[in-house]
Amino acid sequence: MYQAIVFLPLLGALIAGLAGTKMFRNMGSDAQVYGEPAGHGEAHAGGPHDDHHGHYDGPPWPMYLTTALLFISCVLSWIVFLGFLKEPQLVKIEVLRWVNSGDLHANWALRIDTLTAVMLVVVTTISSLVHLYSIGYMGHDEHQPRFFAFLSLFTFAMLMLVTSDNLLQLFFGWEGVGLMSYLLIGFWYTRDSANAAAIKAFVVNRVGDFGFALGIFGTFYVFNSIDFDTIFGAAAGQTGKTIHFLSWNFDTLTTLGLLLFMGAMGKSAQFLLHTWLPDAMEGPTPVSALIHAATMVTAGVFMVARLSPLYELAPYAKEVIVIIGAVTAFFAATVALVQNDIKRVIAYSTCSQLGYMFVALGVGAYGAGIFHLFTHAFFKALMFLGSGSVIHAMSGEQDMRKMGGLAPMIRVTWVLMMVGNLALTGFPFTAGYYSKDAIIEASFVSSSYFAFTLLVAAAFCTSFYSWRLAFMTFHGESRSDHHTLEHVHESPRVMLIPLFVLAAGALLAGYIFKDYFIGRRFAEFWNGAVANGPVMAAMEKDSAIPAWAGWSPVVAMVAGFALAFLFYIRDTSLPVKLAARHEPLYKFLLNKWYFDELYWNFLTRPAMWLGRFLWQKGDGRVIDGFGPDGVSARVIDVTRGAVRLQTGYVYHYAFAMMIGVAALISWFMFGGAR
Amino acid sequence: MSWPILSVVTFLPLVGVLFILSVRGDDAVALRNIRWMALWTTLVTFLLSLLIWVNFDNSNAGFQFLETHDWLGGYAGYKMGVDGISMPFVILTTLLMPICILASWHITSRVREYMIAFLVLETLMVGVFTSLDLFLFYVFFEAGLIPMFLIIGVWGGPRRVYASFKFFLYTLLGSVLMLLAMIYMYWQHGSGDIVALLAKPGFSPEAQKWLWLAFFASFAVKLPMWPVHTWLPDAHVEAPTAGSVILAAILLKMGGYGFLRFSLPMFPDASLYFQNFVYALSIVAIVYTSLVALMQEDMKKLIAYSSVAHMGFVTMGIFAMTRQAIDGAIFQMISHGFVSAALFLCVGVVYDRMHTREIAAYGGLVNRMPLYAAVFMLFTMANVGLPGTSGFVGEFLSLLGTFKANSWVAFLATLGVILSACYALWLYRRVIFGKLEKASLAHIVDMTPRELATLGPLAVLTVFFGVYPGPILDIFGTTVANLLKSVETAAATAQHLAIASLQ
Repeated sequence: MYQAIVFLPLLGALIAGLAGTKMFRNMGSDAQVYGEPAGHGEAHAGGPHDDHHGHYDGPPWPMYLTTALLFISCVLSWIVFLGFLKEPQLVKIEVLRWVNSGDLHANWALRIDTLTAVMLVVVTTISSLVHLYSIGYMGHDEHQPRFFAFLSLFTFAMLMLVTSDNLLQLFFGWEGVGLMSYLLIGFWYTRDSANAAAIKAFVVNRVGDFGFALGIFGTFYVFNSIDFDTIFGAAAGQTGKTIHFLSWNFDTLTTLGLLLFMGAMGKSAQFLLHTWLPDAMEGPTPVSALIHAATMVTAGVFMVARLSPLYELAPYAKEVIVIIGAVTAFFAATVALVQNDIKRVIAYSTCSQLGYMFVALGVGAYGAGIFHLFTHAFFKALMFLGSGSVIHAMSGEQDMRKMGGLAPMIRVTWVLMMVGNLALTGFPFTAGYYSKDAIIEASFVSSSYFAFTLLVAAAFCTSFYSWRLAFMTFHGESRSDHHTLEHVHESPRVMLIPLFVLAAGALLAGYIFKDYFIGRRFAEFWNGAVANGPVMAAMEKDSAIPAWAGWSPVVAMVAGFALAFLFYIRDTSLPVKLAARHEPLYKFLLNKWYFDELYWNFLTRPAMWLGRFLWQKGDGRVIDGFGPDGVSARVIDVTRGAVRLQTGYVYHYAFAMMIGVAALISWFMFGGAR
Repeated sequence: MSWPILSVVTFLPLVGVLFILSVRGDDAVALRNIRWMALWTTLVTFLLSLLIWVNFDNSNAGFQFLETHDWLGGYAGYKMGVDGISMPFVILTTLLMPICILASWHITSRVREYMIAFLVLETLMVGVFTSLDLFLFYVFFEAGLIPMFLIIGVWGGPRRVYASFKFFLYTLLGSVLMLLAMIYMYWQHGSGDIVALLAKPGFSPEAQKWLWLAFFASFAVKLPMWPVHTWLPDAHVEAPTAGSVILAAILLKMGGYGFLRFSLPMFPDASLYFQNFVYALSIVAIVYTSLVALMQEDMKKLIAYSSVAHMGFVTMGIFAMTRQAIDGAIFQMISHGFVSAALFLCVGVVYDRMHTREIAAYGGLVNRMPLYAAVFMLFTMANVGLPGTSGFVGEFLSLLGTFKANSWVAFLATLGVILSACYALWLYRRVIFGKLEKASLAHIVDMTPRELATLGPLAVLTVFFGVYPGPILDIFGTTVANLLKSVETAAATAQHLAIASLQ
């Protein structure tokens, strides 16, 4: 059954990708290439793809097949998960030998414990709903089979990631989802912006992976193994020991924890390595929902939770995680305040919410972090797919300044988006309320007041930008042109059904599962799958935090709502005035704290300059100049000199011989004869 | 094996040469026969060589399938044999030859000579990996230059003469020093038997240094290592597609093989002594050439520079002298044999259509060549070392093993992982993605079945050995363990002696 969950999506991807696409159907012939007389070659010299533009004209089975397989995988995942609610366990299944060299034994294996079971449910549920939604959203796209093959292949990679039993398979899934993210961001490959965003995503992730890889090397160096159980078993013995790394001695577990966390920062778009995520919105909206909101970007959170036994022994590394997480939560929320692209607002929101999760992990409340991952998947996927529905209705428009007043026209989408908003802002009794407030509470309980302050501030921003998004899109006067407005229509049912399911999750997932994830049954539910710190038990007490601290997120939420209402419903001229009065601040936020410019000027451009310099000056001038070209030039000089001597005139030679004879005689007479 | 399988596999291509020579005339039928003969010869050679793998004993660290005869009046021996380190390269060579022949199907000038050059080259390359006598090795090692020199010089591009001479002089210069070292070793030992030399090298630490440097001069050029790498981009650019494939996939590997066969086991003290030197050159190769690759405007040059960077991982891994590092280095060489070969074949596909390698001349190929785009993507990912492709296993293992030996080296080399993604993806984007705007590309056709037959097997192998590298890792595991044991003992003895002399 576990194998089926993981490998069914792969099966679908392979069939849809190899048999569903037209890849093999338009092959050329040698006669066409080399122009040899072969007769039949000329007939279809016109070649493929000239006859259709933008519309899919193949059979629809690839999308149905991949979606069906994903749903089977999803149902099986729920069966596993519900089984774990009753009785958590640890299942390990060896699949295949992989990299074995000396002491290194890394095999393909499936490891299912509570953490994995949660992730299985999240991944397969969101993925199958996104598949379903895509039947409506991408069904007519020219490259529909490729799209579905990619979606399924992504799901497979993600499942391999969450079921990994060692760091190497984790890394496989890690890079696999990165590849699929790259391919799906650049899905519409004729758009230059999409291609640029795709490369950026891959490369920034690689920067994180640089640290991740070093973390794996270091882990093997220290533990002589990269299997999770072996590492966890031996980790306690490494506390207080040092590792010799880059000529210095560092605390072993802190170093490993931080190196591995660098990978998580890349994948989960944390502060400093976040720049790729907003650009990733170039991909089709279902991709944003699946990969860049619900699943892949949470891989970093998953990884830290998976390695929680290691992190629990590395307090300094945890401290860094808290700081990075809190800063990200705040930073991304501030940027989201002023963005105008509907998807970018949600992207920054995702970035910010991931920061919340990391704070939870950093203070040792792993259960709370994963709980937020779980609920966030529902409401953020809902918001993305909902915004996709809006964009669909607006004929592809993404700029919120050109929307407004859409509520009566797309009422179902409006209602569903409101549900997502409520959950995101943490409205009482919605999913986000339980998980987000738990994190804020955990930060307070563990005395991380720095994080607590930033998180409450971020909660205020979250509420503001969420309602700003809602008001700008659905309420007030319409700001779009007539032509677009006439075409506004509700999405087809196949796109709305997934939204309903997600909305149900956004409303109820918190209430239903809170007891298991963070409530009174958390210890037996987690069953040691994550090493929950003492903070989890402390949070359970009613008197854990003072009332003001407990109420602060709710107050922040209400304040954010009120301000958004004032700015975007009451007096829409206010934001403009405010922006004008504080222009530097506004520009700073609008330009995302100038990170892109910073990296471009201080990393990308110098690297390119250096490459050109080394090539032309290093290889060209120095190595070839003093090496082969220089030598050959000297050889030519010498031979040219030799050629000049050979004039061909007999008297020149005779003269030379005379001199030679004279020299020999003098040498014998005065020198050699002695 | 009761029959000399290694000799048969080594010299079988020459039998094909005889057949080709017997074909008369230059008409279309004759040329077709020549092509098919070459293809069949290489295919049969490949299938026969698989027998070596089938009958190979993975648990035996020594040489297998040994053959010994007198040669040159007893002064040199004709000795053949393979161990876990050389055997995979034999198979790699025989595997790539039919692919090369198939990739050269539409060569039009001097077809007969072209095929003969390749078949002779195959014999010489296999010989390098099977010979177990210094002079036999030297003959194969050096003679291989001649067909390659001709392939570049006769069937190459516009600057082929410059490129072929640069290639020839560079490699020859290094080899002369190696020959001197071999002569010295012969007189010291009384024979050129590599098996005996490996069993008891016994060179004094001082002599080892000179010998090591002499061998290094040859292998470093061959591999190539920075800063003696500049012949490679020129040679690749001018070579015909199949020539590039052989150059990148096999000729380069002779350098790495040489380090493992001679430098490490025969001069262990010197190898330790020069360890940091090799590290430094490897790091420069990885970082420097990756940056240079980033700015290339010629597809082949870019891939050539990326080869230099990948070979940097190999030298780093070999001289880190840990189990994982050497395993990784060998695997990296084999995997690079698939991947770089495939990348050069990919360039060949579009070159045959457009007759230019300039990146700027392309763009948006995916619109008309979806299959090509998919195949190219696979190998691009293998080139950047994505897990699940064979490129990952070698890179990962060599870095993992090197970290144990020296974390600075591993740290700096891992930077190459970021840079390789930059240049490879940027190349892909400029060639494949985007709108198909150039009028010259409007009628470009997708890969043909013949081209798929060349790239398909490599694609399958790249993925298969990425997911399941066991069969390859098992071949050389025992041999590498044994090699390391002897290096360690030698190093320990040397240390012991050094300490003893101090007291």
